[in-house]
Amino acid sequence: MVDLSTNYLGIELRNPLVASASPLTQKAETAQQLVKAGVSAIVMPSLFEEQILRESLKLDQDLTRGTEQFAEALTYFPEVGQYSIGPDTYLQNLSKIKKSVSVPVIGSLNGYTDGGWVEYAQKIQAAGADALELNLYYLATDPELTANELEDKYLQLVRNIRNKVQIPLAVKLSPFFTSLPNFSKHLAECGVNGIVLFNRFYQPDFDLEELEVVPHLILSNSNEVRLPLRWIALLYGKIPVDFALTSGVHTAEDMLKALMAGAKIAMITSAFLQEGSEFATMLLEDLQKWMEEHEYTSVKQMIGSMSQKAVADPAEFERANYMKVLASY
Amino acid sequence: MSKTVITIDGNEATAYVAYRLSEVIAIYPITPSSTMGEFADEWATLKKPNIWGTVPSVTEMQSEGGAAGAVHGAIQAGALTTTFTASQGLLLMIPNMFKIAGELSPTVFHVSARTVAAHALSIFGDQSDVMACRSTGFALLASNSVQEAHDLAAIAHASTLRARVPFLHFFDGFRTSSEVNKIEQLSEEDLRSLIDDSLIQAHRSRALSPDHPFIRGTAQNPDTFFQERETVNPFYNVCPEIVAEVMEKFAQISGRTYHLFDYVGDPEAERVIVMMGSGSETAGETARYLLEAGQKVGVLKVHLYRPFSVLHFLEALPPTVKSIAVLDRTKEPGAAGEPLYQDVVTAINEGLAEGSVPYTQFANRPYPRVIGGRYGLSSKEFTPAMVKAVFDELQKADPKNHFTVGIEDDVTKTSLDFDPTFDIEDPQTVRCVFWGLGSDGTVGANKNSIKIIGEETDNCAQGYFVYDSKKSGGVTISHLRFGPKPIRAPYQISQANFVACHQFSFLERFDITKMAIPGAVFLLNSIYGVDEVWDHLPKETQKDIVEKKLKFYIIDAYEVAKKTDMGTRINTIMQTCFFAISGVLPKEEAIQQIKKAIQKTYGKRGEAVVKKNFAAVDQALENLYEIKVPDKITSQFTRRPSVPEEAPEFVRNVLGKMIALEGDSIPVSAFPVDGTYPSGTTQWEKRNIALEIPVWEPSLCIQCGKCAIVCPHAVIREKVYDPSYLKNAPEGWVSLDAKFKELPGMKFTIAVAPEDCTGCSICVEACPAKDKTQVGRKAINMAPQPPIRESERVKWDYFLSIPEVDRTAISTRTVKNSQLLQPLFEFSGACAGCGETPYLKLLTQLFGDRLMVANATGCSSIYGGNLPTTPWAVNKEGRGPSWSNSLFEDNAEFGLGFRLSLDKQNEYARELLPKFAGILGENLVDAILNADQSTESGIRQQRERVAQLKQTLEKENTLEAKQLLSIADSLVQKSVWIVGGDGWAYDIGYGGLDHVLASGRNVNLIVLDTEVYSNTGGQASKSTPLAAVAKFAAAGKGLPKKDLGMIAMAYGYVYIARIAMGASDQQTQTALLEADAYPGPSLVIAYSHCIAHGYDLKYGLEQQKLAVASGVWPLYRYNPLLAEEGKNPLILDSKDPSIPIEQFAYNETRYKMLVQTDEQRAEMLIKLAQQDANRRWELYQQMAAMTYSNPNAGNSNPGD
Repeated sequence: MVDLSTNYLGIELRNPLVASASPLTQKAETAQQLVKAGVSAIVMPSLFEEQILRESLKLDQDLTRGTEQFAEALTYFPEVGQYSIGPDTYLQNLSKIKKSVSVPVIGSLNGYTDGGWVEYAQKIQAAGADALELNLYYLATDPELTANELEDKYLQLVRNIRNKVQIPLAVKLSPFFTSLPNFSKHLAECGVNGIVLFNRFYQPDFDLEELEVVPHLILSNSNEVRLPLRWIALLYGKIPVDFALTSGVHTAEDMLKALMAGAKIAMITSAFLQEGSEFATMLLEDLQKWMEEHEYTSVKQMIGSMSQKAVADPAEFERANYMKVLASY
Repeated sequence: MSKTVITIDGNEATAYVAYRLSEVIAIYPITPSSTMGEFADEWATLKKPNIWGTVPSVTEMQSEGGAAGAVHGAIQAGALTTTFTASQGLLLMIPNMFKIAGELSPTVFHVSARTVAAHALSIFGDQSDVMACRSTGFALLASNSVQEAHDLAAIAHASTLRARVPFLHFFDGFRTSSEVNKIEQLSEEDLRSLIDDSLIQAHRSRALSPDHPFIRGTAQNPDTFFQERETVNPFYNVCPEIVAEVMEKFAQISGRTYHLFDYVGDPEAERVIVMMGSGSETAGETARYLLEAGQKVGVLKVHLYRPFSVLHFLEALPPTVKSIAVLDRTKEPGAAGEPLYQDVVTAINEGLAEGSVPYTQFANRPYPRVIGGRYGLSSKEFTPAMVKAVFDELQKADPKNHFTVGIEDDVTKTSLDFDPTFDIEDPQTVRCVFWGLGSDGTVGANKNSIKIIGEETDNCAQGYFVYDSKKSGGVTISHLRFGPKPIRAPYQISQANFVACHQFSFLERFDITKMAIPGAVFLLNSIYGVDEVWDHLPKETQKDIVEKKLKFYIIDAYEVAKKTDMGTRINTIMQTCFFAISGVLPKEEAIQQIKKAIQKTYGKRGEAVVKKNFAAVDQALENLYEIKVPDKITSQFTRRPSVPEEAPEFVRNVLGKMIALEGDSIPVSAFPVDGTYPSGTTQWEKRNIALEIPVWEPSLCIQCGKCAIVCPHAVIREKVYDPSYLKNAPEGWVSLDAKFKELPGMKFTIAVAPEDCTGCSICVEACPAKDKTQVGRKAINMAPQPPIRESERVKWDYFLSIPEVDRTAISTRTVKNSQLLQPLFEFSGACAGCGETPYLKLLTQLFGDRLMVANATGCSSIYGGNLPTTPWAVNKEGRGPSWSNSLFEDNAEFGLGFRLSLDKQNEYARELLPKFAGILGENLVDAILNADQSTESGIRQQRERVAQLKQTLEKENTLEAKQLLSIADSLVQKSVWIVGGDGWAYDIGYGGLDHVLASGRNVNLIVLDTEVYSNTGGQASKSTPLAAVAKFAAAGKGLPKKDLGMIAMAYGYVYIARIAMGASDQQTQTALLEADAYPGPSLVIAYSHCIAHGYDLKYGLEQQKLAVASGVWPLYRYNPLLAEEGKNPLILDSKDPSIPIEQFAYNETRYKMLVQTDEQRAEMLIKLAQQDANRRWELYQQMAAMTYSNPNAGNSNPGD
């Protein structure tokens, strides 16, 4: 019997399969199904501060429009109780999920303002999250904003939160850093416990008939696993944090690769959305089977086993890798 | 125990009591009582219990008649029952009121008394509705103030249980129902101790029950009805005494004393005014003032008007009285006098002249002289000056009887003169007036201010708010009073210590500083800075500031709002300035209280809203400046006239004054005697309310007409014209070669009416033509209005001078072509981006010169018929839509009446016509009788024939010739359209609508379906869709929308179309043309996006598309003529649902807010909505796929 357990952010997990943020991890009912199918932890969808602000302002605008100006219709909507605007619903869901599942629940936060980040992080902690994942992403559109300024801002935000929350902290990054290792090093210095690679974003698309920009969501595929795979392999052992691989994990093989690169866990979203939560059971069976067939005894044994530090030719992960690919054509 | 003091309006004060003392509440919205029902519904949704610990059952009915029926039934079944209504609504309850009273059933109807429509509808307050109920047998109990509305509501509920006589508790609509005042609140214990529970048991024991059966409500014959009708007398005889006793008990509980008649003034008064309602507060205060000046005057305030107790009345009247003026807030044309006057005369006669009651105090005194007068109809101001005029009149040897006060009646000379400068207000009372734009939040902030002052300081406080009758860009005027003494001044402020103008542009339209007293503060929201503002003030304003030595402050509130993400909401900014300048509270405390109010008002909408308001408060004072006022007037310009000089005389002298808010000064002689007004007057009211207006970009234009067809205010027009008109075109005029196959060699221009546009930008959203190098730029784009106002105005004027297209030269079947036709519905007062008006405008383009419109009361009757100016217009030939509004409930029947009359006249004309064959010639007679009027040219030819006929008949002198001449126009086809909203069609008017459809007559009904009662503020109708939130459906509507089209289809001979212009403008136009052409009844149900849906209406068309794509609004046409050809009459014009309902619904607050308040229920309801939409679509598909046999084909029985 192989030992599938792993330890992520200092938390013992029964296996390395974690459900990352998706509609399935938003509610207790679907989270329970995932846990029943075998996932070892739940990462809730991000609490988007910007979205909260926008929703709040929009609701106010929509409830106010046209009011108090015409004698017969001073308002257009009934006065109802409290609106679930703000983090309350999110926090309630978090508490509910925490109560209804036996595995750790990781809260997730996408902040917008310095004050908002810290405040919401504390609320997530208070609601019972076992750990917190910070979704660090700011779309730099101002040509005057330098990379250094932006990175400093990120690090300050992380420091502020680290100072205010006690639960383990992970940071989820996009791949768009000029020097990811350097930035990761600074993150580690800030006291983060883990780094999650990589965030995927909804990229806008064009509707050519209407000549409009439209939001477009494409679920990941296995090919995408290679980008985080390389970076985790490069960073493993150099940056003293736990790594989690997300983006493109669709098979047990993808999971195995993630672990061997150095990730403590592999996170899955798209596959669950496509195949349903039961898919977790199959993945874990496949994982176990492969390990048995290849005579691995534990997951811990294979973590980092194919990282840059561990492979025979570390240059494979660097420029040579690129050259080799081109040469294959 | 200390009393709880609250600052609320009369409706809330009343509803608070009624709700707590009831088990069943049946409601229906009507202004100004709607909010009482809304409060009840909200409290029930929030599970607030009544004083017995159970949550009252609140049910919305289909009409007030329905509400009264439900009330009647609930009483009969033993529940403590109440309802709220006003005006026409109360009139609809009258039949049930007779029954309820006849059966001695305890109940209370709370009525915010409102004008009953006569020559015109009015939403405002008088007592004509209550007076129409005098004979029902209900007790009529009047409250004169907000506190009284609260207190007497409780007294009414307690009294009805004892007396078994049902009560109508009333107070003046708007003046009391909407006035915010500081009152002492009755606790639940107070209410508990006022009600005798044994009376409730007694009421229940009289209820219908199969457990102890009896029957009630028999039919009777001449032998017994009369006697039995007299059995109730003892109950009415003791009722006044019961009310008096309840009032006494109430005084013990609350410390506030009331009597059936309350007297104020000199105990030895010689002149007394008798009246009831809010005006009696004004009269009472004026009497006190005059008393201090040594005048022997007094006011007798009537509380219990029915049953009228002569005994109590005479006891309350000072025996010294020599003359009495009875003031009625109603008019009974043709009566010997108004109702209260007649009662007083009767009481004096019975009590004194006949001596039927031993009133010893009147012994040996001459009988007082009694005169009657009318005041305050439709919320006409009733001021101390008018009260004084009445007292002065009573002093005359031969006072005027049946007088009026408050108007100038220069026709029948009924009016009393008064001195408008007469002022009795306590100088310690601070009086503040705020001029705001509807959308800037001024009223909301002032409501908060008055609550702060009322509840956080020792001051007494009063707020009253005056609104515009236009639904977009309207002016609001807030009147706030506060001071150390109770404020009994139910009239608007005319002399203010503080005047605030929240919109700079108002200075050029209105006399804002007129009401500022010398030394008052004038606060102006100015886009101009400290050094430049003075030069931008009109002469009149400068003069007032200089001569009255006003303290002048400015703030650029829009700049502060912009910096703090407040958009155009400058409310909290101006509010902060008001508190800072007025000094009603120390600055720090004021800011703290404003923030507390912000938290309370906006807190539930999320922290971001609170934060931005806080930021606005914090930044306001930094931008507030006092202006050093120059000592002379330097301005080079004056206020602009309200209408242009070239406007017709009636528009200048009457409508123009109304526009300038000087309507009160117009004398009786200036008005039409029967409510008839000229058409097309909105063209003269240039409101300039748009910050941005559309500008045409010809290089991108494809001449499709989509921008024009969707424009709710008809400010975008298209013309095709001869190139010769380019010669004299003004500078900047642009044109294209016209691309219309019927009109070769012509030019094409789109023009925009810059001063009439509301800036909704729906046209830009509709425009399909995008710049290939910059897709954000279209063939029509928004641009700031002020810099281009003048140049665009010149172009617009020139555009109007170019002849309209020849209607017979083009086919009107396409949208592209129809938009060349002149709209005869323009510049209405509808909301910016309104979803209803484009349909009406299209009707006028297609059929306007032969259109008769019967309009149900509602949004469309308000933006279509509310003075000062109205949008239904006239073409150059003098033809245009003829429009009228009867009521809410009877509109289908009203429109059918048009048809009956037209058909009868047509029939009679056709009967007469052959008799004139000799002088007309057989050919002309034959041509007229057999004319094909199915096309524009056919109609034109018929008009020419009829003109020829009339010309000939004018020379004839026979009776028959004159008869035919007077009805000859009926020989030209007319298009009768019955217009209304879903409240009318689905609910209150449904019975009539059904009957009219069943009649088979050639009428067209169009339902402007907003799926909610829009005009009264968003109450649910039977059209409200499943899962949507509305007032009276605060938890989201749990049942599907009524399928009106499907119900009508059951007739088989009704043309039906379901349309949505945003989804398919061509289908819309085709449906309207087919409906008009169909020779029987037609029903068109038009999806109308609405401000009550809760989103920016510029996206209205997109939402219509999504509604159709989601399946909640399938498009179809059902044409019975097809069935006659053996074809399936049902044509589905939309495709299979292709998106989930959420994708449509959650862009709108009406759906989304349920997700934000009860996510679980929202999920459940939206799922049901999807199932319902799918099921209905399947049903339509099956119906549309059915095979029909040709009824005219030979016998196809396969057995033969």
